[in-house]
Amino acid sequence: MNALTRALRSEGGKGLTMVSPPLVYALLLLAAPLATIILFSFWTQNFLEIDRTFTIANYAEALSDPLYRELMLRSLRISASVTAVTVILAFPVAYFISFHVRPDRKSLWLFLITIPFWTSYLIRVFLWRVILAFDGPVNGTLIGLGIIDEPLTFILYNVNAVVITLAHAFAPFAILPIFVSLEKIDRSLLEAARDLGESKAMTFLRVTLPLAMPGVLAAVLIVSIPTVGDYVTPRLVGGSGGTMIANMIYAQIFDLNDRPMGATLAVLAMAIVALTLIWGISRLRFWLWLAEGWGLWAALAAALAEIAAIRAFFLLGPAILGAPATVLGLLALATLGSVLIFVMVPKGRAGI
Amino acid sequence: MKARPLTLFALLYLFVLYAPILLLPLFAFNDGTVIAFPLQGFTLGMVRPPAGDAGAAFGHAQFADHRGERLAPGDLPRPFRGARGNALPVSGQGGDHGFHHAAAGPAGGDRCDLASGRADAAGPRKRLWSIILGHTLLCIPFSIAILQGSFSNMDQSLEEAADRPRRDAVLDLPAVTLPLVAPGIVASLLICFTISLDEFIIAFFLSGNAPTLPVYLWGQLRFPARLPMIMALGTILVVLSILLLIVAETFRRRGLRRAGVKDSGGFL
Repeated sequence: MNALTRALRSEGGKGLTMVSPPLVYALLLLAAPLATIILFSFWTQNFLEIDRTFTIANYAEALSDPLYRELMLRSLRISASVTAVTVILAFPVAYFISFHVRPDRKSLWLFLITIPFWTSYLIRVFLWRVILAFDGPVNGTLIGLGIIDEPLTFILYNVNAVVITLAHAFAPFAILPIFVSLEKIDRSLLEAARDLGESKAMTFLRVTLPLAMPGVLAAVLIVSIPTVGDYVTPRLVGGSGGTMIANMIYAQIFDLNDRPMGATLAVLAMAIVALTLIWGISRLRFWLWLAEGWGLWAALAAALAEIAAIRAFFLLGPAILGAPATVLGLLALATLGSVLIFVMVPKGRAGI
Repeated sequence: MKARPLTLFALLYLFVLYAPILLLPLFAFNDGTVIAFPLQGFTLGMVRPPAGDAGAAFGHAQFADHRGERLAPGDLPRPFRGARGNALPVSGQGGDHGFHHAAAGPAGGDRCDLASGRADAAGPRKRLWSIILGHTLLCIPFSIAILQGSFSNMDQSLEEAADRPRRDAVLDLPAVTLPLVAPGIVASLLICFTISLDEFIIAFFLSGNAPTLPVYLWGQLRFPARLPMIMALGTILVVLSILLLIVAETFRRRGLRRAGVKDSGGFL
């Protein structure tokens, strides 16, 4: 008892008591649903009745059905494109705010950039449907200016619309981390590089960019993780070609009355997203390391070779091993490679 | 400002970022049900009916929340009463609602109709609680981020100075610490309110037959004839959010000024 009171009175103990109510709340409300979903994924449902016998039939079905695989791959593809578009467009803006805006104006710029983010997500997505529509402002303006004769049809109810809308919705999430890491760069380093004879472009490539990489990486993570599981955007602007895994999860749980299948898909989606991101980060570290030690061509060759190997595995695997074994084997091999890279390859200059 | 192309790019970026929000009021004051350029007419004549409906819808949402009981079909606002424009026959059996609404909507299995009709053993009150729990979870990180900012900007020596005679941090809280971080608290309260007001996914999954405003809007997106109302309601929602934000930002800056620190950015 005495030891306990002393522990509670100490600096760390005080902090712990103060933080525990929200921590417990967050843990309960995150862990309980997560545990329920994992539990559900091992059950089956027969119309309204839930069969509580433990089975992995859901996983076998989810991994072998080509529809689920296509939706999952499409979600990953969309998320990758959204991340690329968002981060590439956000970087110049963050650079501009950090390097070219007067210090007393910076907070105003940041505030302006975050305002749209705080308004209703639903309304913004719906308005993109209006903007990109057959007779919407984009087509109207382009026809009015005489650039096109017929309305563009490839910008609504397909994957492009989903990418445009998500890239817009997640813009502040990309700008802010990049801005923070750019702000942290010691300006005297840039001066030193210029004084030592580096050109402006080379200073940017060899000093600014590597130092900003942690922010870029944070932006990539913040944008790519939620976009894989987005529900509203594909539903409103995606049409049938832009349907994503979250829509399937929803359909399983509510429309098809198959909660265990929905839970299985959710668990698989979480696992696949996590492993894919780990793959991306570890390979980035590996390729940068190769580029530094063996030159750019070695890195490029390694990257292309691995991607080709993954494609071949995906194409040939199902016929030889069966679909579930292919997916699981690929994930296991890729993750083994990631772990090896994290253990063996040291952190590079870019801090990855 | 130097670097002209970069400035131009940033301004263009900002414009695209605001494009949907800028178009919203434009469409809300448009008198056509088809939203398209060129706008059919730019009169204020259509503002009143949608605004009136919007008020009704907002009231409905609150009504549904506070009554704590299942809605009877007669209580539903117009869009719920079916495309034929007249009220659905009062069935008297709660379990039938879903079927009637699904059959009445233009699209067979409309989501909002299902939501309002899903006969759930747990009443709306319980549903409301689950939404509140979910939104609280969502708001905690934002709140922590904002409060953390105002705590870290607070001059620690002030608290220490107050601490000296009594050696009791608990007594300092209302007298010294709270007034110093009060703007941060107000800012995070407003931000949490905004987040919960606009949040859709959690409310959509949990609301059952007591829809919140975004869930109600989601159900209305299916009806082309309701577009002006959606736009008007959306405008109200967006304007409310921006107003709350500006007030929150003012409080946050006041807090920073009080702490005597230079402002270093927005909320996130």
